[in-house]
Amino acid sequence: MNDPQHVAKHVKTYLVVFGALILGTILTVAVYFKHFESVALAIAIALIIATVKASLVAGFFMHLVSERKTIYVIMAFTAFFFVGLMALTIWAMNDSPAMSGSTQRAPHPVAAPAHHVP
Amino acid sequence: MQPTTTETQHHAAHGAHHEELGFWRKYIFSTDHKVIGVQYGLTGLLFLFFGFCLMLLMRWQIAYPGKKIPIVGELLLKVLGDEMANGGVMQPDLYNAFGAMHGTIMVFLAIVPIAFAAFGNFVVPLQIGAPDMAFPRVNMASYQAYFMGGVVMFFSFFIPGGAARSGWTSYSPLATLADPAHHPNGQTFWILGMVFLITSSLLGAVNFIATIIQLRAKGMTWMRLPFFVWAQFVTAFLLLLAFPPLEAAAVMQLMDNVAGTSFFLPTGLMVNGNPPPISGGGSPLLWQHLFWFLGHPEVYVLILPAMGIVCEIIANNTRKPIWGYKSLVYSVLCIGFLSFIVWAHHMYLTGMGTKIATFFQTTTMIISIPSVIILTCLFISLWGGSIRFNTPMLFALAFMPMFGIGGLTGLPLGFNFTDLHLHDTYYVIAHFHYVVAPGTIFGLFAGIYYWYPKATGRCMSEFWGKVHFWSSLIFMNLIFQPMFAQGMAGLGRRMYDGGATYAGFDDPALGVVGVPQIFIDMNRHISWAAWCLGLAQIPFIINFFLSMKQGRKVTSDNPWESTTLEWQTPTPPPHGNFDKPLEVYRGPYEYSVPGKSRDFTPQSESDKH
Amino acid sequence: MDIPFTVKLRDDTNLYNAKVGIWLFLGSEVMLFGALFSSYILLRVGAPAGTWPHGLLNVPIGAFNTIVLIVSSVTVVMSWASLKLGNPGKFRFYQAITLLCALSFLTIKSFEYRDKFTHYEIWKTDGTRMTGHIEGSPYFWSTRTLKDKKLDQVVFHPDPHHYAEPVQRHEAGGGAEHEGHAAISVPASEIARLSAFVPAHSTYFAIYFTLTALHGLHVFGGALVIGYLWGPGAKLWKTDPERFTNRIEISGLFWHFVDLVWIFLFPVLYLL
Repeated sequence: MNDPQHVAKHVKTYLVVFGALILGTILTVAVYFKHFESVALAIAIALIIATVKASLVAGFFMHLVSERKTIYVIMAFTAFFFVGLMALTIWAMNDSPAMSGSTQRAPHPVAAPAHHVP
Repeated sequence: MQPTTTETQHHAAHGAHHEELGFWRKYIFSTDHKVIGVQYGLTGLLFLFFGFCLMLLMRWQIAYPGKKIPIVGELLLKVLGDEMANGGVMQPDLYNAFGAMHGTIMVFLAIVPIAFAAFGNFVVPLQIGAPDMAFPRVNMASYQAYFMGGVVMFFSFFIPGGAARSGWTSYSPLATLADPAHHPNGQTFWILGMVFLITSSLLGAVNFIATIIQLRAKGMTWMRLPFFVWAQFVTAFLLLLAFPPLEAAAVMQLMDNVAGTSFFLPTGLMVNGNPPPISGGGSPLLWQHLFWFLGHPEVYVLILPAMGIVCEIIANNTRKPIWGYKSLVYSVLCIGFLSFIVWAHHMYLTGMGTKIATFFQTTTMIISIPSVIILTCLFISLWGGSIRFNTPMLFALAFMPMFGIGGLTGLPLGFNFTDLHLHDTYYVIAHFHYVVAPGTIFGLFAGIYYWYPKATGRCMSEFWGKVHFWSSLIFMNLIFQPMFAQGMAGLGRRMYDGGATYAGFDDPALGVVGVPQIFIDMNRHISWAAWCLGLAQIPFIINFFLSMKQGRKVTSDNPWESTTLEWQTPTPPPHGNFDKPLEVYRGPYEYSVPGKSRDFTPQSESDKH
Repeated sequence: MDIPFTVKLRDDTNLYNAKVGIWLFLGSEVMLFGALFSSYILLRVGAPAGTWPHGLLNVPIGAFNTIVLIVSSVTVVMSWASLKLGNPGKFRFYQAITLLCALSFLTIKSFEYRDKFTHYEIWKTDGTRMTGHIEGSPYFWSTRTLKDKKLDQVVFHPDPHHYAEPVQRHEAGGGAEHEGHAAISVPASEIARLSAFVPAHSTYFAIYFTLTALHGLHVFGGALVIGYLWGPGAKLWKTDPERFTNRIEISGLFWHFVDLVWIFLFPVLYLL
């Protein structure tokens, strides 16, 4: 990675990645204006494109594809705890009879309880 | 040999160059890790004393509710005014402010800075054979951020409305709505102070990890690191990854406080019967999750460095290798790893579902295993040793049962069904104070007595050290042991009148209703023990300062005859630490190796000669 | 005294110190933004149906800002490559573009903010709500402003659609059938709540402003560092080119991370 020839080769990769990122952005916006029937699908597409773009930036611009082991270990820990924070918090919030029901959505329309009793 | 000599001279010239630094660069804006360590240590000890004094005053109100505080009452009245100390009596707002600030100061301004930053800064680079930290200027910035945080916290006592008064946990919505009359209020200052402290910890953590990864001396492999370094390494990771979520939470609470947002304020909130002018839609539980995501790893931030210190001292004073070095290392890694997924055991009472409660209960029980392994290894290390009972060793020995009591009494709090009864009672206070006060703080005292000769070139008095130790040990237990009983009797914490409102009375049908009087009367005994504990610190304070000038001079660079690298430097170590480049040939605890002429073999001693 | 491995790579890790440092720092940044993203998810999932605003941000401008940041990210990595190839002239050129991008990003963002501060929602006492602009485009009005200024009515230009309406987002197609911008007068007595699109408006705008402002601060901080290394800091190239190149790499890593955060922020805040 440190000799000039290597770097020159990298430059080409950077430009390709750049093109892909621009394309991704255009695609995201296009999908948005096309507005799909299913909101879940639209959300999924937007997030998948964002993840791909982010991986491209991290992988090539930040050279994560060819980093040292130490860096990988640090980032693996971070990723693990990040997922832990997000997943466990969301799980805790959902598995909480008090919160998912009344407290957080206090002034609900009167019709709401009927929903639970079909 | 020729090149080596030149290099030494070159080094010496460098050293001479650094001698010319003026007072400000040398002591105030220093980039030398040892000076920064001492700065952290002195500031931290000052805050430790201050936080302790807050509690001594609160203990008066708890023991003698509504009575004028002797001696200090007048002073409080003069400084803080009628609203806070009317007639020299501690008012509820002041009690709450002192309680919140006692916790905040002790955790974030005293223990973490001393245990992690002070000892870490002073000892870690020396123990791994590095000339300094990897980023000396970042190190300086870290101390300055800490200092600023301390200043902000301290001055919040004197602003209109007083300091933050919603507990060290600052639960929303209480924290946001506790003092609506003032803006900015104590809570605003608390958040700003926390942002400084978090920044400081993050800078420190980056620096420590990078230093330990990059600057280990030649031959200092991972499994040759002293256990203290391992403990600091894991601690740094905890700070690095657990603090940012609290920083995010602090930013959001700051927005709630200043910009009128509702991150943690739910829809339908009422204050004194009126809806506050907010949009609602926020989640109070979100704050608790983000707070305890830091809060629980923070417990291990408090305890791991102390374990590291104790381990060093036990190895040194039993004159034999630590039993199960690898078990210690893997246990500490396990603790670090698991400590991130136990946090919600602080929140059983928020109405969690059974599945998630079971998950957190299980991880909580699992994390006690590596803690027990560490303690067991340390206990077994004592077996068959010819123990030197000097002051640091006494503190280290006391750490083990004290931490053991603290840890084991935590198990009933980790089970959600027993926690329902014990939550928010004095039992909880007793539990975590056993971990932190006679646990961590004893570890810190041990460290101070142990490394004092390296830092100053003089020893602290053994006699006064022992007076300090025995009196502290006795009074610590007299304070916290009765609290277990109080808590199990149902005495709630954070009560302005020490629980008198809930004093039991005889009901003809039900028997005694409320907390039996005997448990409320214990408040007085506890308070007197606390004040005596205050007196017991006087020998330490005098010893600490007097020994700098009058202590016995050390005759060698290695007065405890230790194996680790920090004792291979000149005393006190100069800027740049080591006289000559050194190499490591062996593990950290090679004491009493058969066939050697001395009972200790320093890590840097080669087998060749 | 010199710290080892500031430039030279350490044998066993193959890294220089600052690179370990910056990745650790980025790890903590991941947790910082991760916590905020988690908060976003929880607030959004917890919001009752129809109360979570959407479609209030200008998507083309957001997309344009995304592209600005992507361009700056490329120029940052190209400037580093130029140094590696021994061409400081090209480095200066690329970093100049980076700085321009940073500046335009912040400028565009501040205009977006200003738009929000003059855009209002009214909750009427009869339970209906509408969004739009107040005559004269004042900033930061709230329910209290009405009392403070003793106004008995507000001249309001409502938007064609309220975000909570069940109407499809784009069906209206220009609002020909709605008198979108005709001014109406709303008596103060009918206004239960009035708020500009400021953080206090709703948890949506709270998290929007918190996330974007924090991100904006990162852009600003990164630009300061890059600007310093582009200006006075560039002297180091003459004395210690390798160390200077490393500094550019480190600042670049931070910059890419800032870009990466925005790549998520854009769809999450503008599109969903």
